[in-house]
Amino acid sequence: MSTSTSTLIASTQSEPLQAVLRAPLQAAPELVAPEPEHCPGPESEQAGKGDACDGCPNQQICASAPKGPDPDIPIITERLAGVRHKLLVLSGKGGVGKSTFSALLAQAFSSPPRAANGEQPSASAPAPTVGLMDTDLCGPSIPRMVLGPDAAKTSIHTTASGWSPVWASDTLALMSIQFMLPDQDAAVIWRGPKKNGLIKRFLKDVEWGDLDLLVVDTPPGTSDEHLSVNSFLTASGVDGAVLVTTPQEVALLDVRRELDFCRKAGIRVLGVVENMAGFVCPNCRGESEIFRASTGGAKRFCEVENVPFLGSVPLDPRIGMACDFGESFLDAFPESPAAQRVEDVVRQLRETIGLEARVANP
Amino acid sequence: MTLSSARHILLILSGKGGVGKSSVTTQLALTLSAQGHAVGVLDLDLTGPNIPRFFGIEDARVTQAPGGLVPVTVHEGSTAEDGGQSRGPLYCMSLGFILATRSTAVIWRGPKKTAMVRQFLLQTLWPPLDYLLIDTPPGTSDEHISLVETLLLNMPAATGTGTGTPSIASAVLVTTPQAVSTADVRKELNFCRKTGLVVRGVVENMAGFVCPHCMECTNVFSKGGGQVMAQEFGVPFLGSVPLDPAWVRLVEEGKTPVYPKGTVVAGVDVGQEGGTAVEPEAEAQTESKDPGLLVEKYTHCSLFPLFDGIAKTVSSAMEAE
Repeated sequence: MSTSTSTLIASTQSEPLQAVLRAPLQAAPELVAPEPEHCPGPESEQAGKGDACDGCPNQQICASAPKGPDPDIPIITERLAGVRHKLLVLSGKGGVGKSTFSALLAQAFSSPPRAANGEQPSASAPAPTVGLMDTDLCGPSIPRMVLGPDAAKTSIHTTASGWSPVWASDTLALMSIQFMLPDQDAAVIWRGPKKNGLIKRFLKDVEWGDLDLLVVDTPPGTSDEHLSVNSFLTASGVDGAVLVTTPQEVALLDVRRELDFCRKAGIRVLGVVENMAGFVCPNCRGESEIFRASTGGAKRFCEVENVPFLGSVPLDPRIGMACDFGESFLDAFPESPAAQRVEDVVRQLRETIGLEARVANP
Repeated sequence: MTLSSARHILLILSGKGGVGKSSVTTQLALTLSAQGHAVGVLDLDLTGPNIPRFFGIEDARVTQAPGGLVPVTVHEGSTAEDGGQSRGPLYCMSLGFILATRSTAVIWRGPKKTAMVRQFLLQTLWPPLDYLLIDTPPGTSDEHISLVETLLLNMPAATGTGTGTPSIASAVLVTTPQAVSTADVRKELNFCRKTGLVVRGVVENMAGFVCPHCMECTNVFSKGGGQVMAQEFGVPFLGSVPLDPAWVRLVEEGKTPVYPKGTVVAGVDVGQEGGTAVEPEAEAQTESKDPGLLVEKYTHCSLFPLFDGIAKTVSSAMEAE
C-alpha cells in the first residue's frame, strides 16, 4: 500500500482549512495523469509543491500554472452588480427540504408582500424580482417544484450577452442544470472541478439583470459546490445563509457540521428553519412527531449554538403534492398552518436582510 | 486484499438526499445479521457520516493495525442455544469514527474525497464477510465515481451478468414516493446502467405514516412512485417501507419498539407480532436506553418483517450468480 493509514487519520485532523477556503478557484490546469492521492489540488497554492507532488507526472504543469485570485471573480461581481441581496439555503443533510424551502422562499418573496393580517396584497406595493439558482447539479429539483411537469419542455436560451434564465412568473427567474440536460433522466456524473465550472458559469454567464434577491439552493454536504459558491460570491457580498433541518438528532448532527462550515467560511447565519416538525393526521386531527425531536429539536439547537431560530414548519402532505405539480403551496393553501409558518419565516428574513423596508408597514 | 474478504458487495444508492439511504443500510445490515450472515457496513458519506449514530456507536474509534484500519464491531456473531436462528457478526467503518468531534465539518473538495474513498475501500481490514453494504452520499459525483473506479480496478474476478457487461457490484436504490424524489433517482438508475452496477431493486421509503392515534395510514409523501419507476426501468420493486416513529425512536433513544394492539403494517399485525409479549403500554417514558443489542430490539420493530423479505430477495438474487 503506497500510503500509510496514519496519513489517512492525520489528514482528517490537521486539515489546512483556511487554505481550502481561500484557495482561488482557478480553472484547473490540463493534467497529463490522474491526480495522486493527497493531491493538494491542481488549482491550489500548494499545487506542485506538496509532498504528494513528488514524482507526479503533473508536477511541472501544476507548479507553473498561474496562481492568485480567480480572474473571473471581478467579472462575476460585475455581472451580479444589479443583485441587491443574496441568500444561501444550506443544510448538511439531504432531503430535509432545502429545495422545497428555497422554492417557497422564492415564491413568497416574488409575490407582492401580504399584509400582516394575511389579507389580500396591497396593489400599490410592487413585487420584488427574485432569482432562484439551483446548484444541486446531481439532483436538480427546483424546475420540477416551481414549473411542475412543464419543466421537461423548458430549456435555456442563449443570447449575445449570455444565458437567459427561465422566468417562472414576471418576477421569478430560475436557473438549473435540469434545463440543459438532453434527457430528463440523464445522470450528471461529474467530479468536483466540472461542477465548479458550471456554477461559475451560472453566475458569470447568466443574465440575472436587476434582482432584489438571489436565492441559492445547494446540495447537501460541505464540499465543492459550497466552497465554490462561497468563493465566487464573497466579493459581491452574501447577506447570509438559512439552514434547513428536520427535528431529529440524525439531521441536526449534519446541520451542526454545516454551521461549523458557515462559521469557518465567515458566512452569516440568518437562522435555522425546522421543517417536517409534527404531523397532523387528516383523519383524526391527532398530532404526532414523525421525526421525533429527542434532543429538543432545532429550537434547543439554536439556543445552544446561539443562532436565530426562525420557526418550525409542520409536515403537510399537500406541500409535497404541490411540489410534484409545480403549484405554489402558499398561493393554493394560504390559510394552512404550514403556509402561515412559512410566511412568518419570510417576514423575519425580509426584516433581517432589509428587503422592502419601504413597504413593510403600509 | 481487504475487499476480497467480502463475498458480495451491495451499494445503497439514491440520487436524492434524505430518502433514508443510511436508514435502509442500517436496517438491511441488522436484518442480514439477524438472518445469520456476517455483515460489514462501509459509510462513504464523507460530509455527513451518520452510520455511527444509527448503530448507536458514536463514541467508537477505529484502531490502526499494520496494513490498514480495523473496523468497529457492532456485535459479535452468536449461535442461538434455543434452536433459534443464529446471528451473524456486524462490523462498521465510517469517517465518523475518525473525526475529532461530532460537529466537525469535513470541508473537502473532490480529490481529497477520492483519496479517502480509495483508502476506505482498500485499507479497511474486514473480517470474512458474507455481505459488505456500502452506504453512499446523494448524487452521482466524486464519491460515486471513485467508488466504482476502485471496485473496477480491484475486483478482477467480477462476475458476468450474462448480458456482456461485467458486473462489479450490486446496488439497491432508495427513493421516496414523490415525483421530485423519483426524478433524481432515475438519474441514479442511469448511473448504474452506465457503470455496470447490477440493480437488485428499488425500495420505496417513507411510504405512508400510520397515525398512532387512529391507526389510519396517511401517504405523507404520496404513494406508488417507486413502484412505477421500477416498472419503467425494468428493475425489481422490493417494497414500500412506511414511516415508523418507533424506528426513529429506537435509533435516537434506544427504545425497543412498542406498538398499540391492532397496529397493522403491510398486512402484518405488529401489535402482537411474532408472539412477543409486548405490552401495549401507552408511552412508557423512561430516560435510559432499553437493555439488549440493537439487532435484538430491531426484531421487534414493525419494519423488521418488511426488511426480512427485502433482504431475502436481495441476498438470494446475489447468491444465484
